[in-house]
Amino acid sequence: MVAFQKVVLVGGSWGGIQASLRILEKLPATYPFPIVLVLHRLRNAEGNLKRIFEKRLQLGVQEVEDKMPLQPGQVYLAPANYHVLLEKDGTFSLDVSDLENYSRPSIDVTFTSAADAYKAKLVGVLLSGASKDGSAGLKYIHDKGGVALVQDPSEAEVSTMPEAAMKLIPGCRVATLDKIQEFLLWIT
Amino acid sequence: MKLDKEALFEQEAEELMEKVHQQYGYDFRGYSRASLYRRIKRFVANNSIPSMDLLRQQVLGNSYFFEGFLQEITVNVTEMFRDPSFFLSLRQNVLPILSTYPFIKIWDAGCSTGEELFSLAILLKEEGLLDRTKIYATDVNQKVLRQAKEGIFPASNIAAYTSGYYASGGKNEFSSYYLSNYGSLKFDSSLVKNVVFYPHNLATDSSFNEFHLILCRNVLIYFTHALQERVFKLFDESLVDLGYLGLGKKETLALSVINSRYQLADKSNRIYRKTS
Ligand SMILES: C[S@@+](CC[C@H](N)C(=O)[O-])C[C@H]1O[C@@H](n2cnc3c(N)ncnc32)[C@H](O)[C@@H]1O
Repeated sequence: MVAFQKVVLVGGSWGGIQASLRILEKLPATYPFPIVLVLHRLRNAEGNLKRIFEKRLQLGVQEVEDKMPLQPGQVYLAPANYHVLLEKDGTFSLDVSDLENYSRPSIDVTFTSAADAYKAKLVGVLLSGASKDGSAGLKYIHDKGGVALVQDPSEAEVSTMPEAAMKLIPGCRVATLDKIQEFLLWIT
Repeated sequence: MKLDKEALFEQEAEELMEKVHQQYGYDFRGYSRASLYRRIKRFVANNSIPSMDLLRQQVLGNSYFFEGFLQEITVNVTEMFRDPSFFLSLRQNVLPILSTYPFIKIWDAGCSTGEELFSLAILLKEEGLLDRTKIYATDVNQKVLRQAKEGIFPASNIAAYTSGYYASGGKNEFSSYYLSNYGSLKFDSSLVKNVVFYPHNLATDSSFNEFHLILCRNVLIYFTHALQERVFKLFDESLVDLGYLGLGKKETLALSVINSRYQLADKSNRIYRKTS
């Protein structure tokens, strides 16, 4: 397996698409880490999310498929209707089990499994959203020694998600989208 | 070095799986770990089991308890007409070819509680093929097979099922296939009169017949690449030349050694055809 220095995870719901475009659009195609993006989607919504990201990003964009290996410089979108988990061998696996926090994909599921596999190598980012999904997963990342970043709620389109995370994780870092983008470049 | 909490859990989970294999014969060595561990944790949390020790005692000491545990960790979540475009493609691209055979054999592997099976049977009926088709519906879990045989599904999903039925090219009134009763839908049992329900473990059992079509959807995602490879070989042995294999929407044959013998009959719906 490729041993990455870091793996970046981004979660969002309502307002999350625009916010994640903003933090990712300046990252170069040579970005050295994989980025996994879990956005709540409409049931059975098809691939137009991929096209939206392809248009705006320099990074490669793919929808996660079962047992796909993580690669640097790629953004991996969680597919509609599947939970995405990260395995210790550097691959993804998918799961159709029950919704978590009324969601599938669920941000908590991805963040938690990633923290078990990658521990302190993780950077978790939680963006705008009208859901509490993601905060437990982000806390788990934080507890394992990874970085927990939360979008400044005053700037978020819907602040429920970032506020839930701030409440649960007193030690998390709160930042604007511009600062989050800077951070993602700074760690390289 | 002291094991952290997670490492300790993983060690206990591995020991439990080992014992389950010895005692009940179910082999979970080839299951993807992240998902398996998550299922075990969920089972422990949902049933308020205070420790892994107690879980082990219960699982190994009580076969009824084990059945429930098995059901949780093998993930039986399913629906009718999951990915309607898959069923539409079966109807438009695969069934017309199958109809050239005098007698059709289909294997629904990992059929769970039967929603996929009944969806398939409805398609076959509407295309005039049901009477000359035999379906083998198999699953590792006997409890879900018993449910599949009954064909009773919760009515709470009826709106999604109805729209899935029409999106998959449904030709009748969907409601003509079931009776609605106290929150349940009882599907017409004549749909499954030519179905054989049969426990079969893809991780350990072998090929048992030859088929024109095999469906195995959202089962392989729970397996490691190595176990997937075993299962693909099993399917390869069980398919006639020019037979079809339908996988789940995010599953692929591309990483398998048998891939070179297969063509994509429908790429976006993951329907493969064996070449001769
Ligand atoms: C998520 S369900 C998929 C149901 C249906 N095919 C669908 O796509 O909706 C997965 C099914 O695979 C079955 N399964 C898991 N491991 C298996 C094995 N080793 N052999 C056969 N079936 C297995 C489970 O019992 C479960 O019913």
